[in-house]
Amino acid sequence: MPFLFKLLLKNAFRHKLRTALTLVGLVVALSAFGLLRTIVDAWYAGVEASSSTRLVSRSAISLTFPLPLSYVQRLKGVEGVSGVSWANWFGGIYITERNFFPQFAVEPASYLALYPEYKLKDEERLAFIRDRQGCVVGRKLADKFGWKIGDQIPLRGTIYPGTWTFTVRGIWDGAEAKTDESQLLFHWGLLNESLRKRAAKRADAVGVYIVGINEPQNAAAISQRIDAQFKNSLAETLTETESAFQLSFVSMSEAILVAVQAVSYIIVIIIMAVMANTMTMTARERLAEYATLKALGFGPGFVARLLFGESLMIALVGGALGLALTLPIAGAFAAAAGTLFPVFQVSELTMALQMLAALVVGSVAAAWPAWKMSRIDIVQGLRHVA
Amino acid sequence: MSESQALIRIEGLSKAYQRGGQQIPVLLDIQLQVQAGEFVALMGPSGSGKSTLLNLIAGIDQPSSGRILFKGVDIATLGEGALADWRAANVGFIFQFYNLMPVLTALENVELPLLLTDLSARQRRQHAEAALQMVRLEDRMDHYPNELSGGQQQRVAIARALVSDPSLIVADEPTGDLDRVTGQEVLDLLEDLNRNLGKTIVMVTHDPKAAARARRLIHLEKGVLVPDEDLEGSKA
Repeated sequence: MPFLFKLLLKNAFRHKLRTALTLVGLVVALSAFGLLRTIVDAWYAGVEASSSTRLVSRSAISLTFPLPLSYVQRLKGVEGVSGVSWANWFGGIYITERNFFPQFAVEPASYLALYPEYKLKDEERLAFIRDRQGCVVGRKLADKFGWKIGDQIPLRGTIYPGTWTFTVRGIWDGAEAKTDESQLLFHWGLLNESLRKRAAKRADAVGVYIVGINEPQNAAAISQRIDAQFKNSLAETLTETESAFQLSFVSMSEAILVAVQAVSYIIVIIIMAVMANTMTMTARERLAEYATLKALGFGPGFVARLLFGESLMIALVGGALGLALTLPIAGAFAAAAGTLFPVFQVSELTMALQMLAALVVGSVAAAWPAWKMSRIDIVQGLRHVA
Repeated sequence: MSESQALIRIEGLSKAYQRGGQQIPVLLDIQLQVQAGEFVALMGPSGSGKSTLLNLIAGIDQPSSGRILFKGVDIATLGEGALADWRAANVGFIFQFYNLMPVLTALENVELPLLLTDLSARQRRQHAEAALQMVRLEDRMDHYPNELSGGQQQRVAIARALVSDPSLIVADEPTGDLDRVTGQEVLDLLEDLNRNLGKTIVMVTHDPKAAARARRLIHLEKGVLVPDEDLEGSKA
């Protein structure tokens, strides 16, 4: 082991309790930083998972206003459109309100064609399309409630009253980690038939249209063409990319997200102050040692390197432990949050930022004491002993 | 004493400290020569300036005026980096309180100054072991300072001062923290280094018995040198 590294290591753990407490602080702060960032990421997961080949058309007035089913054919005729499907938010309750998860009434064949990232076995896809009482669910949702193929899922309608029972015909796996696996999809036709019987005025109405396009670079032009189609009609449309559509939901809670992000950075600043205090105390205690080193012929740079090295060593050990702890904490958090967050994963960027934060904390904490100690007067420093 | 042989030649050296807007003179117009191979004891009452003179000779303090020529080079004109290099190459330090690194073993403490040389790790270790053998601490190489007695710690410090084979060893009250018997052992060692290895030693002490081990005694009174006393003659 190189001499200097050995010296840094021995110095770093000279005061075991102090170093241990500093490490605990770092681990807590950096894992909290990682967790908070992951929560923010989870909020944006829908945006991240959006496809650039999908547009969403909704009522220009509000998402709560439906669009006529008759728009389907006109949408298909718009230049640049490769496919059209539609969905209605169902908002049912499974046993209790605490079991929240998104449910959509969709047109099965066209919808699944537009969502190739929902990996369903062919036989399950066919079984779903054939069975009007059937539904498909994401793997995460199925795992949470222990559902399997053939299970009956009763949902108590809130927007659409009554108890609706669906048979699980398929369970999809996401093509990527960011793919949403927390939804339930069932036949829009079943919902519409029921409405025709019970509330005819609400029938043949669509919540949103999902429009497939082949050329993402033309998304803006196609959106404009779609909206132009329905301009001055009773139900004007507002078409945007799926990512913009998802972002509009996130923006509703943007203030909270900004606060969460701010807290995550404040935590890092606090631990930076704690660490700086530790390094300042350490340097002051070793004043005579640094003076001795300088007397022996070591330059100011060597003294600064000793302090920076020690600080970085502690910070990086704390960072690594914090990072390692973030993964099980995030796992436990995700389990506790259930399907509230469709995707809850500590991203590589978050892990990199955690280590970067550790690096910054270690560097900033050592900056002042290193500068100060590298400039100490040898004679004054040696008197510190006496 | 021949001027041409002088290892250290001090000319018109003065040092004053600034305290609360006032200049406090500590050393006044010092003229001094130390020959290679001398063992000089600097004595004087507290505040006489003996430690300041030692610090200036060792290159860890800067004079207010005057010259300190070491082998003809005025170290008072050297910049911080050059002075550090000069100390590493030419001066071995022995402090009153040993000033060892508590996290390093005796061997590692002795090896420390060699980090400033081009020696390999293996060579550094060999040199450090040899230095510890010279101070008869070869059986304590892996001990930490807190596992050694005061005398043993000072012997480690002497080994550290020796290991880079400097021309000059400066010792500031090397026995000041030791009991009489241990102090004698340390002085025996210094005397041995001077007589057998020819090391030039400048030692500050307030202890006349310690000073008596030197070959030359220099008195300082209120920052002024009083005439030398040659101890060789008195010892003989």
